[in-house]
Amino acid sequence: MSEAYFPVGPGLGLEENFLSLDDILMSQEKLPGRAESTLPPLTFALGQGVSTGDSIPEGSKLEIPLWLAKGLYESKRRIISVELPKIYKEAWRTVFSADASVVDLHKMGPYYYRFGSQLLNFDNPENPEIAQTILQTFISRFRRIMDSSQNAYNEDASALVARLDELERALFRAGQKELNDFQCWEKGQASQITASSLVQNYGKRKFTDMDG
Amino acid sequence: MAGERAAELVRELHRAAGGHLPPFRAEGLRQTLEEMRVLYERNQADVSEAKSGRTDLIFLVRFRHCCLLRNQRCILAYLYDRLLRIRALRWEYGSVLPNTIQFHMSAEEVEWFNRYKKSLATYMRSVGGEEGLDLTQDIKPPKSLYIEVRCLRDYGEFEIDDGTTILLKKNSQHFLPRWKCEQLIRQGVLEHILS
Repeated sequence: MSEAYFPVGPGLGLEENFLSLDDILMSQEKLPGRAESTLPPLTFALGQGVSTGDSIPEGSKLEIPLWLAKGLYESKRRIISVELPKIYKEAWRTVFSADASVVDLHKMGPYYYRFGSQLLNFDNPENPEIAQTILQTFISRFRRIMDSSQNAYNEDASALVARLDELERALFRAGQKELNDFQCWEKGQASQITASSLVQNYGKRKFTDMDG
Repeated sequence: MAGERAAELVRELHRAAGGHLPPFRAEGLRQTLEEMRVLYERNQADVSEAKSGRTDLIFLVRFRHCCLLRNQRCILAYLYDRLLRIRALRWEYGSVLPNTIQFHMSAEEVEWFNRYKKSLATYMRSVGGEEGLDLTQDIKPPKSLYIEVRCLRDYGEFEIDDGTTILLKKNSQHFLPRWKCEQLIRQGVLEHILS
């Protein structure tokens, strides 16, 4: 990690951070939805089953990215309704309450927590349960993540990290950095001036990146 | 799908982890702006029709408006995050950037970098008394005035405080004033040896 570069962090809860790359990619994730009235033909295709030029009949299924769903959703005038992705549904919530630490959250959508919090923007009767599940999942997984990030020194943790959601990965990286810095200090290397990590990276990339 | 090109820009930048600066995508940016121009013009036409009674167009107008806002957000975030990375380069590399990096920057970004350099220099001259204070020095607290360094690649001649020049040859070892060689260490020319 470069010491001088601090990216814009993601927002909290229902808020999105406008300039955060993480939040932009998170809101690019698709969401199942349904057309509540006949929609005019959209100039840009909205995914499967909808051919351009025809209007979209009422009740047809749509796959829309979160940002679009947020923009079009209105609680008073229903144009589209939003359904829950399966990982936030009742069946999966049971899995999470049984043992959250076995689930591969990265495969289930790399932004499990952030995307789940964003779902609370839509008035869904199951909202309280979703919020509760997300919180409980985090609580039960956090201990393990913190434990391994503080103790896996110079070890290959890729198998563990591969199953973590983006938020958990950031926590894991922070823990590892802190562990490494502490070990450095213990060995008396903290005062050593080192080449900037950016420089090291560019050195490695010099030849491969020329065509980029 | 609208907004896909803009998202691709963001995705690429996000993939380049650790503050690495990928090449500037002028073409992708131009296409996104073109897409926005088309969306805007269609919306303008439809808005005036909707005003004269065609309420069925309202949804379409709204849809396009969402896409416009989305594209705007992606582009702004893309440019802003690149600026953050470029700003970090000033602190990591010093005021002169290697050609490989300059090659990745757009003309406007080079201009911005130069201005940032200038305002940082002006600020550093204004603090710390007569001579100013180099804030990029001593990022880590120094323990001694002189340090032992080893040269990692041929660099050429190098002048130190007392006027003598030394030849920095690969694998040669020197005992130099810390403040003189800190930047060379950051740039990967020298390696700091702890006794």
